[in-house]
This record gives sequence, structure tokens and C-alpha cells, in this order.
Amino acid sequence: MELKVLKRSTFPIRSEEDIVKARQIVRNWANEVGFKLVDQTKLVTATSELARNTFVHGGGGEMMLEQVEDGTRSGLRITFQDHGPGIPDVTRALQDGYSTAGGLGLGLGGAKRLVHEFSIQSEVGKGTVVIIVKWV
Amino acid sequence: MERIPILKMGKFLLVSIQVDMHDRLALTLQDELTARIVEENAKGVLIDISALEMVDSFIGRMLANIATMARILDAETVVVGMQPEVAITMVELGLSLPGVRTALNIEKGMEILNSLLQSETQDGTEGSET
Ligand SMILES: Nc1ncnc2c1ncn2[C@@H]1O[C@H](COP(=O)(O)OP(=O)(O)O)[C@@H](O)[C@H]1O
Ligand SMILES: [Mg+2]
Repeated sequence: MELKVLKRSTFPIRSEEDIVKARQIVRNWANEVGFKLVDQTKLVTATSELARNTFVHGGGGEMMLEQVEDGTRSGLRITFQDHGPGIPDVTRALQDGYSTAGGLGLGLGGAKRLVHEFSIQSEVGKGTVVIIVKWV
Repeated sequence: MERIPILKMGKFLLVSIQVDMHDRLALTLQDELTARIVEENAKGVLIDISALEMVDSFIGRMLANIATMARILDAETVVVGMQPEVAITMVELGLSLPGVRTALNIEKGMEILNSLLQSETQDGTEGSET
């Protein structure tokens, strides 16, 4: 099924305040698209984790937010992109409890569980792109 | 600088988080609470998170850290008012709050702290009698 993008916006993730803003923007869009409260909360929490990774591990980057439709469902697709150091071992980074920065190591694995689709592409020295989709 | 107020109520400290905290603010709260426990010789900390729309791994870690430090300083921590959707999301995220007591609301949280304080005082009395 072809994915239709109805609306798109990009936001910088360059400070801790930007992480807060990212949460609030995703909350607003999720509400408008018609997500239930619990699903809004899941998407906002995943956003918080991934935006923090973009800022803390990736050295900053951006978030692209898209309202999408695949014919039968509508949802949100969110892309987090940075040009930071990249992740040498993505499989390991996805494991719960794995952190190179003294964190809880729940960000990537946890975000994946909170959404319907999750993909990650990372290249050492080039950067990281994480894309999530949640359907209403 | 922006900060979250810490109120003193008898032997307890009360914090109500009313803003969407950025990470530095959460760390500041953690440090200030720890300092106030010592200053006020507080026996309990009540943290009201009913206004929090999400608890991610950073805030979860902050809550767990506060509870750990409070315990080292001989104070108990109770987190109250967590919204159901926040609790559901936390579980799916894989976040547990080790060492953190929770209660439905401020009233119930105060009851827990009071009874903990009471049983501690009783233990103390028994200890001095023997
Ligand atoms: N955008 C990123 N750029 C570089 N490394 C990252 C990025 N996101 C995650 N990582 C790596 O993956 C690890 C696990 O991430 P995560 O599960 O969010 O845990 P935490 O952030 O608590 O360390 C991080 O410690 C880091 O090494
Ligand atoms: Mg993380």
C-alpha cells in the first residue's frame, strides 16, 4: 500500500529544551490525528527517548514529523537524524540495559516496543537515522 | 533559573512536579532534594507526579536515584499520582522503579509516610527499653 504524506515539518534537536519541545509537538499532532491518550503517551515517550539519543549520543540533529496515511489507516511517522559518531553494533545497542553513557539503556529497545514500526540505520563516523511509525 | 519548589510539611518534604522538565531541571531537583533532606533532617519525601504526562527513562532514573539517596539519608520516598497511561507506558518501555514506593494520591502517600515514621519510632522505643 502506498504511503501518503499529508503533512510534514522538521524541528531541530540541539538542546535539552528542544527535547521538551519535540515531546510537546508530537503530543499535539498525535492528539489532532486522533490517537487515544495511552497511545499518545507511548508515542511521546518514544519521542523523548529518541530525541535525547539524537542530542546526547548523536551530538544534535533533527526530527522530521509526518502525518501519514496508507489507505486504511492514518498515523504519524517520525524520523530522528544526526551526523554524529554512529553506532558500531546496532543489535547490541538495541538490547535493554546496554548503554555506553551510563544511561539505563532502555531508549532504543523501549522506543521500539512503544510503536508499530521501527527502523534504524547507522554508520560509524557518518551518523544515525531512526524512523518510527505509529498507527491510530 | 527555573526550579521546582520543595515544600516542608513537618518531618516531610513535598514536591509537586507541574512542568514538563528538561533533563537539567530533573537533575537539579534531584540534587536540591538530597540537600534539603539533610538540612531539614527530613524523614520522608513525597513526590506528586499527577501532572506528568510521561515518565521516560531519564525521569524514571531520577525518581529511583532520589529514593536511593533518601534511603541512605534515612528518609523514605513515596511517588504519588501517576496517571494510568503513564504507568502502562513505563511498563512497556521496560522501566521499573526499584526502591520507589507508590501511592494513588497525596493523602494515601502521607498515610504511608506517617505509618513508616510511626513504626520507626516504635522500634526505637522498644530498642531503648531492652
Ligand atoms: N543517535 C545515536 N548516535 C550514536 N549512538 C547512539 C545513538 N542512539 C543510541 N546510541 C548508542 O546506543 C546506546 C543505547 O541507547 P539507549 O538504548 O537509548 O540507552 P542510553 O541512551 O540510556 O545509553 C547508547 O548508549 C549509545 O551508545
Ligand atoms: Mg537513550
